[in-house]
Amino acid sequence: MNKSVNLSINGTRHAVTLDDPRVTLLDLLRERLDLTGTKKGCDRGQCGACTIILNGRRVNSCLTLAVSCGGAEILTIEGLAQGDVLHPVQAAFIEHDAFQCGFCTPGQIMSAVGLIMEGQAGDDEERIREGMSGNLCRCGAYAGITQAVRQAQARMNERERTGEAA
Amino acid sequence: MISGSFAFYRPHTIAEAVAMLATHGDAARLVAGGHSLIPMMKLRMAMPDHLIDVGGIADLKGIKRDGSDWLIGALTTQAELIADQALAAGLPVLRETALQIADPQVRNCGTLGGNIANGDPGNDMPAVMLCLNARFEVTGPGGKRSIPARGFYHGAYVTSLAQDEIVTAVRIAALPPGSAAAYEKLKRKVGDYATAAAAVALGLQDGKINFCSIALTNLAPTPLWAEAAGQALIGRAPGAESFALAGRLAEEITDPSSDARGPAAYRTKMGGVMVRRALARAALAAKT
Ligand SMILES: Cc1cc2nc3c(=O)[nH]c(=O)nc-3n(C[C@H](O)[C@H](O)[C@H](O)COP(=O)(O)OP(=O)(O)OC[C@H]3O[C@@H](n4cnc5c(N)ncnc54)[C@H](O)[C@@H]3O)c2cc1C
Ligand code: FES
Ligand code: FES
Repeated sequence: MNKSVNLSINGTRHAVTLDDPRVTLLDLLRERLDLTGTKKGCDRGQCGACTIILNGRRVNSCLTLAVSCGGAEILTIEGLAQGDVLHPVQAAFIEHDAFQCGFCTPGQIMSAVGLIMEGQAGDDEERIREGMSGNLCRCGAYAGITQAVRQAQARMNERERTGEAA
Repeated sequence: MISGSFAFYRPHTIAEAVAMLATHGDAARLVAGGHSLIPMMKLRMAMPDHLIDVGGIADLKGIKRDGSDWLIGALTTQAELIADQALAAGLPVLRETALQIADPQVRNCGTLGGNIANGDPGNDMPAVMLCLNARFEVTGPGGKRSIPARGFYHGAYVTSLAQDEIVTAVRIAALPPGSAAAYEKLKRKVGDYATAAAAVALGLQDGKINFCSIALTNLAPTPLWAEAAGQALIGRAPGAESFALAGRLAEEITDPSSDARGPAAYRTKMGGVMVRRALARAALAAKT
């Protein structure tokens, strides 16, 4: 039984025909749309490597069925940079050495973008760590990740205040 | 990991969902946030032939007051429980508990209805529901009924819910004036299920405990309502001695398994510790 779903991914509309309802959003992105920036770590909701923004909220795409997402707006790591200009979270990750092997990084960055959108972390490291607790890093880059999120958030707040475009 | 194959449905009304359950019998399962069921399906521990996604049913959403009761739609996510200002002011223990569940990504999808209907003893909301004497509003082919949480859980993944019924909302009566509730959870790391956890509600009058209810998470195949432990505190002064008594009585009804979270004896003792801590915190928040 084929099902078609309309999705907006990084601002581009996709009409996807699913021949099998088992396809997760993660497998749709990686295997069918060649958007391989989103990573598959555990495939069961425990590591956060597959984090994307779905309708404004960060979710684990490995536990989301694509067929449930009709009409959804999706943002993935591929949609963050504007041409060659990195998103403030991406730039801050580089500045703070917030990765080693890089496998968890797309998920960490999308989770940080989601956390900043939620506006709950403030300038408090403890709250940033709690807010980023859905993302594991086997290389243990947590210290740099926390600093990167903190700085990206401060810069984005500053830009918002001064009205500069993001 | 890929689940067994299934046919997928996305009804828009409660009646449609119930009709689909009735048509497909035991081969059908509801899915809400999918954060308990999809992992089980990937591990092939659950293999429904028909998967009915309730995520599009508007009538299952929303946090409302009905008189002094709270009426919380089954599809309310843990993140929505955390964000709701009125709930945070009126019944803060739900926010407090939701914040102890998993991590932000999971909480953006996981629903209250899924958490209570799942029947996994590791889920955190069921003990809170036993503690608060919540009722689960359910609709089936024959109409609606309301099931007390305290009679809902019969074994691991075994509940009073019939195969063709759907939980539509959770009804929680306001606590007696001045009383307070607390949830204490011991876990190995952020995002983990409980090694042991306790939900308590406690009221004070003239310096004495006049109301107390205690429930436990992950210390038996079902969540436990520690009725005797709560009753034993009525008329006593709040304090270390009373709380230790309740902790001991609560430990007596536990039956945890030994697993990666620790040997059974340790988990039982930690159950007692969680009861003591939760009572101490609730007593501080309660007003005489
Ligand atoms: C990494 C990870 C960590 C987690 N940690 C915790 C934790 O610490 N504590 C905790 O409590 N939970 C934890 N969970 C589980 C999470 O909270 C689930 O989301 C929740 O248990 C189920 O909600 P759901 O909406 O995802 O339900 P689903 O997975 O969609 O459904 C679960 C079950 O409930 C049934 N169901 C769902 N909705 C209804 C309804 N309206 N009526 C009748 N039946 C229904 C389904 O048929 C299924 O059997 C964790 C999950 C993950 C992936
Ligand atoms: S791959 Fe989705 S959480 Fe690990
Ligand atoms: S950078 Fe290697 S897992 Fe995080």
